[in-house]
Amino acid sequence: MTRHLRWLIPLAVLPLLVLLAYGFRTDPRALPSTLLGKPAAPFTLTTFAGTPLALESLRGRVVVVNFWASWCIPACYEEAPVLEKTWREYRDRGVTLVGINIQDKDEAARKFMSQFEFTFPNAADAGGRVAVEYGVYGVPETFFIDRAGRIRERKVGAVTDELVRAMVERLLAEKS
Amino acid sequence: MTRLLVGRALLLAVVAVATLGAAPPGGAVTEDQVRDVAANLRCVVCQSLSVADSPSETANQMRAIVRERLAAGETPDQVTAYFVEKYGTWILLAPPRRGFDLLVWVVPFAGLALGLVLAVLAMRRWRRRSAAAAPLASVDETTRARIRREMAELDS
Repeated sequence: MTRHLRWLIPLAVLPLLVLLAYGFRTDPRALPSTLLGKPAAPFTLTTFAGTPLALESLRGRVVVVNFWASWCIPACYEEAPVLEKTWREYRDRGVTLVGINIQDKDEAARKFMSQFEFTFPNAADAGGRVAVEYGVYGVPETFFIDRAGRIRERKVGAVTDELVRAMVERLLAEKS
Repeated sequence: MTRLLVGRALLLAVVAVATLGAAPPGGAVTEDQVRDVAANLRCVVCQSLSVADSPSETANQMRAIVRERLAAGETPDQVTAYFVEKYGTWILLAPPRRGFDLLVWVVPFAGLALGLVLAVLAMRRWRRRSAAAAPLASVDETTRARIRREMAELDS
């Protein structure tokens, strides 16, 4: 009886091995957003220039929402030129970039914006309410919102020119 | 004069009743209530720290949001559900006791129970085996004398 069942012992280790193999392959820092495909939470902020900025008013346009901070080194500095370039190139084709500055000092944020000659709307998220609405973990994080106002893609970390271009083109190609 | 006093007392009574009755919505939210909710939420910028325990600015802002929502009349469960909606169950320090996550709660205890059963079975078998082996160990005096004699013969 025992002789027959001895082969069960190594077999019992198998589930553990499978679990470990799965666990070590997944990236613990990869945090899937639960918000993909869902309507983007509306927000109304006041830009650094003093004008009101409501997501709702941008319905019908493709919106790229970028969360950033001046202390976010180097990722935010790497992607800043990409964001401004995208805005200048696509603003007349139905794309709006929105910068949301979180946990920052007003002066430092303004310096960052002038350093990269930002011309797209940027606003500070006092209290971090918008960041929580978007399930933001850290900066930078970028959300791509389609014409219907749904979150379609989320990128954690610095975005590249190729990535933004591909996403924006894809969403522009869709009928609203 | 007396009328004024009675009027004041009445006013006080009305105010007291009103504040007692309308305590939850818009009422004062205690630090403990905020802590109870925040202690179950994972601080998103930390490693293994709750929103209640982290000194980070993010956790600070999240505690403020918890306080605001509680003050607006939401129950602790509703506040927790709000964060789960935005961040997924990842935000919870303890996984929910249902679905696939239930395994985390059940498997350790099932493993412990299985181990106990196996240990008891093994111990019983060892006892049975030693019980069976016991008669062999007791050798009567005649046999022992014979063994001694034959060993001596071998040596010589």
